This record gives sequence, structure tokens and C-alpha cells, in this order.
Amino acid sequence: MSIDMAQFHQVFFEESFEGLDIMESGLLNLDMGDVDSEVINTIFRAAHSIKGGSGTFGFSAVSDYTHVMETLLDEMRDGRRQITQSAVDVLLGSVDCLREMLSAIQDENDIDEVSVAEHKKALEVELNGGQANSKTVATEAPEPVVNEVEATTNKSGWKISFCPHADLLKTGNDPVRMFRELGGLGDLEVIVDLQGVPPLFDLDPEECHLSWLLILKGDIQREEIDDIFDWVEDECDLSIQALNSDEELVNTLQSEPSNVVDQVISAASLAIENPVNSESKKNIPAVAKPVKAEEKKAAASTSIRVDTGKIDTLINMVGELVITQSMLSLVGEHFTSDKIDQLKNGLVQLERPTRELQESVMNIRMLPISFVFSRFSRLVHDLSTKLDKKIELKLVGEHTEVDKTVVELISDPLVHLVRNSLDHGIEMPADRIAAGKSEMGTITLEAYHRGGNIVIEVKDDGKGLNKDFLRNKAIEKGLLDPDSVLTDKQCYELIFMAGFSTAEKVTDVSGRGVGMDVVRRNIQSLGGNIEITSNLGFGSTISINLPLTLAILDGQSIAVGNETFIVPLGSIIESIKISDKMVNRVAGKGETFRLRDEYLPIVRMHDVFKVESAKATKLTEGLLVVVDGQGVRCGLFVDDLLGQQQVVIKSLEANYRRVEGVSSATILGDGSVALILDIPGLVRLSNQ
Amino acid sequence: MTQETDIQEEVEETKHSNSVQFLSFTLGEEEYGVDILSVQEIRSWEPVSRIPNVPSYEKGVVNLRGAIVPIIDLRERFNLEHSEYTNLTVVVVLQTILQGRSRTMGLVVDSVSDVNNIDAQLIQSAPDFGTKVSTEFISGLALVDERMLILLDVKKLLKLDGVDDAEEDDDES
Repeated sequence: MSIDMAQFHQVFFEESFEGLDIMESGLLNLDMGDVDSEVINTIFRAAHSIKGGSGTFGFSAVSDYTHVMETLLDEMRDGRRQITQSAVDVLLGSVDCLREMLSAIQDENDIDEVSVAEHKKALEVELNGGQANSKTVATEAPEPVVNEVEATTNKSGWKISFCPHADLLKTGNDPVRMFRELGGLGDLEVIVDLQGVPPLFDLDPEECHLSWLLILKGDIQREEIDDIFDWVEDECDLSIQALNSDEELVNTLQSEPSNVVDQVISAASLAIENPVNSESKKNIPAVAKPVKAEEKKAAASTSIRVDTGKIDTLINMVGELVITQSMLSLVGEHFTSDKIDQLKNGLVQLERPTRELQESVMNIRMLPISFVFSRFSRLVHDLSTKLDKKIELKLVGEHTEVDKTVVELISDPLVHLVRNSLDHGIEMPADRIAAGKSEMGTITLEAYHRGGNIVIEVKDDGKGLNKDFLRNKAIEKGLLDPDSVLTDKQCYELIFMAGFSTAEKVTDVSGRGVGMDVVRRNIQSLGGNIEITSNLGFGSTISINLPLTLAILDGQSIAVGNETFIVPLGSIIESIKISDKMVNRVAGKGETFRLRDEYLPIVRMHDVFKVESAKATKLTEGLLVVVDGQGVRCGLFVDDLLGQQQVVIKSLEANYRRVEGVSSATILGDGSVALILDIPGLVRLSNQ
Repeated sequence: MTQETDIQEEVEETKHSNSVQFLSFTLGEEEYGVDILSVQEIRSWEPVSRIPNVPSYEKGVVNLRGAIVPIIDLRERFNLEHSEYTNLTVVVVLQTILQGRSRTMGLVVDSVSDVNNIDAQLIQSAPDFGTKVSTEFISGLALVDERMLILLDVKKLLKLDGVDDAEEDDDES
């Protein structure tokens, strides 16, 4: 008997990723001083299930790896090992590594053996190093071994300086392959020296002008390294030194990276087709990889976990619906006019389950915003360490529920905003103390419902936005006319302009000036808006206002001739009847009207949409609906207002095409299709 | 039971003789055929919701059990003389996969006539009329009971001017 195991893979992956999330949040919540054994237990259980599952499905790479993690966690659980920050960091690293391994298997890609080996090594180092400190394990055993082979074995690793002669490549030796082999032995740091590289015109691509400094960490025999360099010994200057103390290691590592960055940058500026470039790229593959993995993950997540309570309500509703339906069909079977009351009753009864059914189905799509928020503790943890800032993340209203689509689409813009707050908002600890604030900065993520919308706020208590600085920066970049007068709000809005970056230095965290404009565009495409308020010296708040669901919209039906259109209720400011006096013409054609202090353009719906049956052709005969779509205001000239109703949004593009001035369609009560207007698109259309 | 086996036999038969089934319909004097596997349903004409600023042969959209489906007037698409919609006017709803997405569309035709088994080997390629007659939608010609059936390429038929062309370009670049 054979069972197709592949059918269970999806479930395994889902559960494993969930388990990894649990492990991650558990690890982040571990308090060094006072460890809650239940938290360790939870992490351990998650690791254990992943190990078990991967074993069952034959993903031995995953189960072997998890086994090492499990050993470490087991010792922590039994109290045989103290929980140190370094252990937690290594475990966090291995959570990431596992996640990559699993997504690689899920996408049927090859697992990145090198990075797995590195992480595994780090785990084993932690496991062995930790043992020396632990109370119950005897420490004498490993020591004699070390003494015996002192000459050839080194616990902490080796420092290899490798300067190949120019003709190394011609003999068929490839340093990259050698480094890969070295990487298999332990944790490998590669530092390239580009000083020997001649100018581009003198460069012979078949010659090797690079030299390397390699730091190999881990418990490795000298012979193993010698074996790898065996073939090139005569073609290079090689020196292999033992790394004796950790201190030395740290020193070398700390002093080198800055050089490397400079060198890589200068190499990059050398030439695009330069072989040097491709070599130096080998040092930074880790930067590119996680991005790829994330993209794939977004595309893969298709299923949704639903609370059983929600499904039970749904089933109840369907039950009632079925009963009402059978009653109605009974009435309809031998229908006579005296049964009309019965029919009416039945229809009334039908209304409630239908409405509730709609609500419960929408409810199923609702997920707590914590799905998005939870990932930020890791992000803040990692970034604050990187930037040497002390930051606390507060999450408020994590249980606020939002539509699944919104949850998926809001996550990237939020990441961007939080990174910005971390990088630009919160000051360095010293500056904070100087400003009389506590050393620890706070970022608050808050979600709550307001009306039919959900509001998500990213708040920081950092330095806030400097209006004058923003203004000057915008003028400097030519984005703003020097003479223009801006309100506070408009000043803050400058940061949403494309190409605007206030960071003095571009870091890999933020400051490239692409981003905030993209964030705003993404949020607007979700039908929301983004606002920023700031208090110089006390921090800023960015609030995002989003519709609860993307599937249903509050609409106002309007009539133009025989046709009905829907205007999103949220974009309507007011509806007015106008008199001839209020209308002005620009260049004889463009019509504007005066609404209080503003002149707004008039968009004649029947002209723009070529409706032939329009009743009102003179402006005084119809109505002007004043609308605001993403900051564009205008008056829509229509025949009449019909009524307000909730409409279900249907895509026009699924079977058809995108239509200018129309965002989507809906089905009206009588079964006919009505178009939902896209106000900014409509204004563009009328300007053509 | 017997009916089912009959159908099965018929299917078997069609497989053996390597024939394809076409639904035929008329536009004026001409008779056209589409692959029956792409026909989702046949409906009577009902008023559509007009879409502004699109070619006149794109009549509008209708609600087809919750999906918004565009209706194309095939006479106008083929530059034939427009005729009034009557009780006999039918809409053939076609479905196909275009660029990885399922696409549904309704075609307004004069009337539906028959389902024909046509031997795939007897399908002629469309003759070249030069620029006089556009043959872009025609996949071939077939002879059925001494009548000529113009076979249409559903995929090409369901492509919309200006939309799918652009998308294709995107794919290439």
C-alpha cells in the first residue's frame, strides 16, 4: 500500500511555518534574567514538531538540522544550560535558516547547503562552547584531546591569507570553488583585497589580481585546510595562522568590513563587465537571497485558517436559509392571490439570514491585525541592534480584525514606515538623554476601528519632523517652488513626494527616497489614505486609514439618462443645485463653479461617458455632486441622485478590460450591472 | 443507463475518427462555427449595461451569475451590417484560457443552428483574401452538408483590442 505523501506536504509546510513563527516570537520574548520555562517549552515543542514532520516526509536536511537545535533547546529546558543572548541570537538565526530551507523545499528549489552548514556550525559551536559553562557536564573530557593535537587543531578557527599569483586561473584553479569547500568545513568569512587590480584598460580578464583574507571559524584540522590548498600551493603566497583568542577574531572582523565595503564600491564603479565585480559579489549573496524568498512566500499563501465558531454560525445561517427557501417554494407551488401575505412573510424571513450570512462570510475573511504586527518584534529587535539604538515596540489593538486582502497588502508599507521610524525617528541613546528623554525609544503600532474604517498608527517618540528642514530640502531638490506657502500638514506631506529623502546618508535601512511615495500609492490603491502629524522633539505619528474590506463599498447611486452609476460614498462631499451665477467659464469651454472659497471644475457625466439619453443638459436642471478623490476635487454633473446602498465590488477586468474613469462594477438589486466611478480617473478623462 | 452508454459510444466514435465538434451559428447569410468545448452556454439577448468610451462592437456587460461578462456584437466586429436585436437573437457565451486566466465573453449572433462533427483532416486553412477581407479570427473552412462553415479561433476572438496586445508586449519585454 502506498500513500501519496505529497498531499500532506502543504499542511506540513503551513504548520512548520507557523511553528517557526511561534519559535521566533518565543525567542524574542525570552527574558535573559528570569526565564519562563513555559516559553522554552513552547519553543521546544515547535522545534520538535518540525523535526518529526520533516522526518516523516523525508526532508532529512531539515530534520537533521532541527535535531541540533532541539539538543540545544533541550539542555536549556532542563536547566543544564544558561540562556545567553548569544545562544538566542544563534537560535534566531537558525529559525531564519530553517524557514529558508522549508521554502526552498516548498518551491522545489535546491537548499543553500553553504548557509545551512554555516548555521549548523554556529549551533554546534554554541552547543559545545556552552557545555564548558554548564554545570552538570564534565569539562575535563575535551581538554586532553585539545592538548594532544594542539599543533594541528584549533578550536576557534584559522586565519588564512591567500594571495594567488596572476596566472592562477590559467591553471584551471577556481578560488570560488575552494572557498565553497572551505565554507563546508566551518563558518567562513571572506574578505577580498582589490588593491592589486589594475585599471580597466590594462586588465587581462584571464589573470587573477585579487587576494583574500579568509577567517574560518570552528573546530577544524589543519590538514583539512591544507588539502584544499594542495593544488595551488606553488601558485600563491599562502599563510595559515591559528586564531587563538576570540579577541583577535573580533578585531580582524571589525577592522576589515569597512574596507571591504569601500573596496566593493570602488570595484563596482570600476566596470560592469569586470571579472573583479563578479568575484566580489560572491561575498554578499546573503543580501539578495532573503528578498527572493519573501516574494515567493507572498504568492504561495492561499489558504486561510478559520475559527470553528465562525463556521458554526455560518452553518446555522445556512440552515435557516434552507428552511425559509423550502417554505417559500411551498407557497409558490400552488400560488393563489390570497397567499400573498404568506409570501411577504417569507420574504421578510429571508432577509435576516441573507444579511447575516453575508456578514458571517465577510467575517471569515477577517483576520486579526496581529498577523501583520507580530513580525515587527523581530524587525525592531534586529534593526535596533544593528543601529545601536534602544527601542521598545508596543503593540496596541492587535486583535482588531481586517480583511485578509488588506492584511496581505498592508504589511509591506508598514514595514517601510516602521523602518523609517527606527532609522530617522528615534535618536541615538546619547542624544535622547541629552534631549531629556529616556534612553529607551518607543515605537507604538496601534490599530483600531473608526466608522467603517480601520486606522493603523505608527507612532514614535523620536525627534519628530522639522518643518523648515523639510521645506528647504524640497526647495533644494527642486520639488518645491521657493515662494510657495505651505501649511504644517502640507510640509509633512512633502515626505511622500517621489525622490525626497532627508537622510544625510543613505543606509541600507532607509534613506534612498524611494519608498514613502510608494507607500502612499499602495495605500491609496487599497482605497485608503495616509496622514502624518508630528511634534518637533517629541515624535511623529503616521496614521493609515483603510476600508475594512475591499469587497463591499458604501455607494451612492446616481442617474445619468437611463444609466445608473455608483459613486463611492466616502468620496462625496456634498450635493448641490447650482444657479447660473455660480458658474464661470475658462477659455469659453472649461466650466468651473464656486464652492465657498474654491473654484472647482465641473465634469459633465453625460459628456464624459457619452450618455445620449441625459435629461439634464443645462446645469440648472440637474445636480452637482461634489466629490474628492485622492485630493482631486470636482463637481459631477448628474441628472439625479437615486439612493445609498452597500454594493459588492466586482472586477471588470476579470473578463473584460480596464475602463478609464471606472474602478469596478457591481450588480444592482434588479440584476443589472452598474459601474463604480473612479473619481481621479474621471477627472483625467474629462480633461482630455 | 442506455443513454449514457450511447453518449460514451459517440464520444469513442468521435475520438476514433479524429473529428472535432463545432457549434454553428449564422450571421446574415454566412455560417460560422466555434469549438464546442469552449462554449459555456447559449442565452437569449437581454439588455446590457453600456460601457463608455469603448469600440462600438463591445456592447456592454451583463451579470452572469455574479460575474461581470462583456458582450461583443459579432456582426459589428466583422464589419457586417448591423441588425436589430429580436427575440431570436442569441448570445453564445464562450470561455477560454488567455494568458493563464480564464476569460468569459458573450457573442451576439443571429441564431444558433447546429452541432457538427467535422473531421479535423478535412478542415481547410483560410484562403488569403489579401487586405480585402480580414481573416485574423478564422482558423479554417469546412464543408458541412454542401454548406461552407467558417471556423473561428476562439482565443483570437476573445482578445480585446488594445488590452491584450499591450499585455502581450509586456510579457515579451
